[in-house]
Amino acid sequence: MAESLILKTLTISAGATPIVSVSLTAAAGEITTLMGPSGSGKSSILAAITGTVPDGLFATGEILLGGQNIATFPGWKRHIGILYQDDLLFPHLSVGGNLALGLAPGGRRTERQGRVKRALSEVGLEGLAARDPATLSGGQKARVALMRVLLSEPRALLLDEPFGTLDSELRSQIRSLVFNHAKARGLPTLLVTHDPQDAEAAGGPVIRLR
Amino acid sequence: MTLSPSHLFFWLTVLILGGPVLAGLTGVVAGAMGHVPGLQNAIPAGDVWGAVWSWPGIGRSVTLSFWTGLLAALISLASATLIMAGWSGTLSFARARHWLAPFLAVPHAAAAFGIAVLIAPSGWIARALSPWLSGWERPPDLLILGDPLGLAMVLGLIVKELPFLLLMMIAALPQAKAATSMALVTALGYGCARGWLLAVFPGIYRQIRLPVYAVLAYSMSAVDAALILGPTTPPPIAIVILRWAADPDLSLRALASAGALVQLGLVLVALVLWRLGEIAVAQLGRSLAESGQRGSGRAAEIAAATLAATSGIFLFGGFAVLALWSVAGAWHFPAFLPETLSFRVWASHGAALVETGAATLLLAFAVVALALALALGSLEAKPHRCLLTALVYLPLIVPQVTFLPGLQAASLKIGLGSGALPVGLMHLVFVLPYLLLVLADPFNALDPRYRTIAAGLGLSPARQFWRLRLPLLLTPIAGAVAVGMAVSIGQYLPTLLAGGGRLPTLTTEALALAAGGDRRVIGAYGLAQAAAALAPFALALALPRRVWRNRQGMLHG
Amino acid sequence: MRLAYTLAAALAAPQASLAANPVDWPSVLSEARGQNVYWNAWGGSEATNAFIGWVGDRVEADYGVSLVHVKLSDTADAVSRVLAERAAGIDEGGAIDLIWINGANFAAMKSEGLLFGPFAENLPNWAFVDGEGKTVTTDFTVPTDGYESPWAMAQVVFMRDTADLPDAPGSAAEILDWATAHPGRFTYPQPPDFLGTTFLKQMLVDLTNDALALAAAPESDAAYEAVTAPLWAYLDALTPHLWRSGRAYPATGPAQLQLIYDNEIDLAISFSPGEATAAISNGLLPDTVRTSVLAKGTIGNASFLAIPYNANAAAGAMVVADFLLSSEAQLRAQDPAILGYGTVLDMAKLPDADRAAFDALDLGIATLSPAELGTAQPEPHPDWMTRIAADWQHRYGAGL
Repeated sequence: MAESLILKTLTISAGATPIVSVSLTAAAGEITTLMGPSGSGKSSILAAITGTVPDGLFATGEILLGGQNIATFPGWKRHIGILYQDDLLFPHLSVGGNLALGLAPGGRRTERQGRVKRALSEVGLEGLAARDPATLSGGQKARVALMRVLLSEPRALLLDEPFGTLDSELRSQIRSLVFNHAKARGLPTLLVTHDPQDAEAAGGPVIRLR
Repeated sequence: MTLSPSHLFFWLTVLILGGPVLAGLTGVVAGAMGHVPGLQNAIPAGDVWGAVWSWPGIGRSVTLSFWTGLLAALISLASATLIMAGWSGTLSFARARHWLAPFLAVPHAAAAFGIAVLIAPSGWIARALSPWLSGWERPPDLLILGDPLGLAMVLGLIVKELPFLLLMMIAALPQAKAATSMALVTALGYGCARGWLLAVFPGIYRQIRLPVYAVLAYSMSAVDAALILGPTTPPPIAIVILRWAADPDLSLRALASAGALVQLGLVLVALVLWRLGEIAVAQLGRSLAESGQRGSGRAAEIAAATLAATSGIFLFGGFAVLALWSVAGAWHFPAFLPETLSFRVWASHGAALVETGAATLLLAFAVVALALALALGSLEAKPHRCLLTALVYLPLIVPQVTFLPGLQAASLKIGLGSGALPVGLMHLVFVLPYLLLVLADPFNALDPRYRTIAAGLGLSPARQFWRLRLPLLLTPIAGAVAVGMAVSIGQYLPTLLAGGGRLPTLTTEALALAAGGDRRVIGAYGLAQAAAALAPFALALALPRRVWRNRQGMLHG
Repeated sequence: MRLAYTLAAALAAPQASLAANPVDWPSVLSEARGQNVYWNAWGGSEATNAFIGWVGDRVEADYGVSLVHVKLSDTADAVSRVLAERAAGIDEGGAIDLIWINGANFAAMKSEGLLFGPFAENLPNWAFVDGEGKTVTTDFTVPTDGYESPWAMAQVVFMRDTADLPDAPGSAAEILDWATAHPGRFTYPQPPDFLGTTFLKQMLVDLTNDALALAAAPESDAAYEAVTAPLWAYLDALTPHLWRSGRAYPATGPAQLQLIYDNEIDLAISFSPGEATAAISNGLLPDTVRTSVLAKGTIGNASFLAIPYNANAAAGAMVVADFLLSSEAQLRAQDPAILGYGTVLDMAKLPDADRAAFDALDLGIATLSPAELGTAQPEPHPDWMTRIAADWQHRYGAGL
């Protein structure tokens, strides 16, 4: 499905005062970069898209996904995946358990296990399904986090400065991995970062917030 | 706003926290105006209050309750603060939770029994010193238990309140940014203890203010410690109220209601006084901070260790003596150990103990299960936080003796009868606040990004609760269950009033048998009480370790 | 405030319900079978608790009645309960079926119409009860009218540890002399505990010149002051020499046993002639303890069983009350190794075999024989006790 993510005057306000307002189009298969200094409201924009605006703030405007305004949907019905700076793998589940959580319910157990295994081998982590996530290295965790979100078949992908904790070599590796997968699946992707190298590697339109 | 299950749970919680107290207070106010249920004619309110103030020793009873309550709360808080300062807040929550758990689990009555057999003139301490040091061949005629100043009772209260406040303080450390503050002040050259007091304590106190108020209210109105250790000529006012409520002269029940209001008034006055004290201490702290005196750490460390050790000795020493008495055959003064051993008491009471213990634990478990559902549901609803915070302490600050009799009358009127159901509901009123208190912080500390990620993965809020939040909270939930069960097991007044005598628990049986004075029986029941309350704590420590044995992220979380 | 007592005569008590009519005993028996009877009785004595447990086994075996002992620390708790139930409109199926009761508690329940009955004189075993020689038809001078059934006779005795106090004090004055010479070695339970007020009554009876005045309510305040003056003078002299100088008292009678055992006191009052023997055989008292009465005699009264008007299992309760009047139960209660209570039965009315069993009973080393116990002095009217207990609070119970 080649849907684009369009933000129409998406405004975050505290009371009557608008904090940030943005309009953009993130085309399918493209990585759109949102840049700005700290405090410019980048993360609030992402929160508005996922439907998790913190108390005290509220969002107005439209969020169109494939022409549908999902701003009125509760967060869990929007099917928008997100990757954060921390991998945030659920500590009480195994690696395979984390991955399976995103799979839609239904299907036989062997089928689901098969999909998990395939996802793991896609990123070179075969055989780690039963492992405790706390025992993985930083790079391995980032790869599991990526496959977790992709297995849930999102309609769009949000990246909230996801490469910040990785050292420089790993950084470019994981970055390419994430971008390639997002492009291969034709997902509209919105990257929030303050690192110009990330924006360059993304290769898509760059929008700057003041 | 759709009415999801969690909202239902939230409003039910609000109802359970606020409703009974209100209903009880209404009954008590009516009673104080002379309307006693069951008495044909109402008594003029003037007569009621006149009788209250002319009751022999009422003035002393009131002042006794007032000052012992304040003293117990003050010493508990000061000691807990000193322990924290002396160890400079290096206590980690996880470790502290382990060794504080036994202190918290033990019901008040059991702790009071232990202290009684320890400090009495014929108690273990006296026996340890006799006759080689003290020269006593017979127990000295010293007024220790039931001393007119109520000091024995204060000791009984401190032994339980100190660990409670300590745990509250330790739990408040992260939010008070203890680690960074300590690093700052030690870099400025302050000794550890003084630095802690000046930099960390104010932040901590802000968070533990309500628990401190609850401790103050409890100290002034507790019945268990007063019955076992308190003075009897005259007794504290809570006991006087109980006596009025139980007198065969039915018109004295109006006095009991009036007394209940006096008790409430005392608590309110004490709270105001305490608040003024807070302001004064804050002022003192500020001038101390501005004076720039650095202080050293040694003295505070020693004081902390001494306080902690003394508290432990009184609690566990008491239990050691109770255990000895329960297996004592002949044990005359001044022998330190029993002369012969006998399992007569265990043999004759064993079956009853097991039966009563099972009933006590079953009731506790049912109450806690219901309270857990309500608490988790309320937290899920992300409700009006101020409402919940205010209400959560309501049943803990309004003295039990103030609203329980009115509540009992109401429950009989609506046909609840007597037995397990009304007792369980009454226990719920006291267990629910503790569960909310224990679970609120861990619940709110869950990384909110988990919720976002899960929502992004397509999990509905219900699925998020069952598959994410619940398992992630397993350790705090286990701890909360243990605390809740300990609270239920230790309840005396609610079980007595609502049970109609048909639901004997270990606590009510222990206090009934205590009047008979046979220390061997008291020892057996005291131990049984403590064991019943400790068992869930042992499980709460063991269970998460077992479940998360392959999940390091959960074990060190 | 004393509405309850001033209205005493006016209130008529409810008739026995048709369902549990004690006159038709076979129907009572059949109704009782399978019932749960909740007997609210003082639970502060191990010996009594064990005895009640035995009664439960026997009535289960013989009549199919399940007896549950609800342990009270104070009989007034049961009175409160029934009162609360009536206030809530619970006129049947109440939580309490049987109460071990007497004195002021009985007077209060009777005057408030809270009792089932009359039933006592319809119990089959009433035929053997000594209604003439023992005070079983009046309770503290208040007529029972069949609203309570007796089950044990009690008489005041004094327990002493002969190791420290070899000779029994024979009068109140002798107790005072001894206590003055040995301060801190004597005490009594704190009023309003039943035994504590009994001590006050006993001293009053022993000291007074006007015993007749005690048989009825005080005529006037002046009369009350005059009669009780010797008691207060006595206590003023005694209290500073008491255990803990009178600033604390044991809570109940049995609590005194622990004090004697610990060698804190040497003299204590008891309402059960056989209590000392029972305690010795259970290792709760040293075997040097003996009992005695005063030269002029001591107060005696009966323990009764009453059934609340709204009892759920009135039939079962009557069966239990009747069983307690049986020779088997009375014999066992009198056995000093078990309870050591006095019997309410008239030996002359018993069949020969039963009478022989009573005669053969070994009363134990610390129990006085019926001859040694002498005549029981009658209880004063309950109004004396209530006023004396209240005055005691003012004088000695509110801080010295």
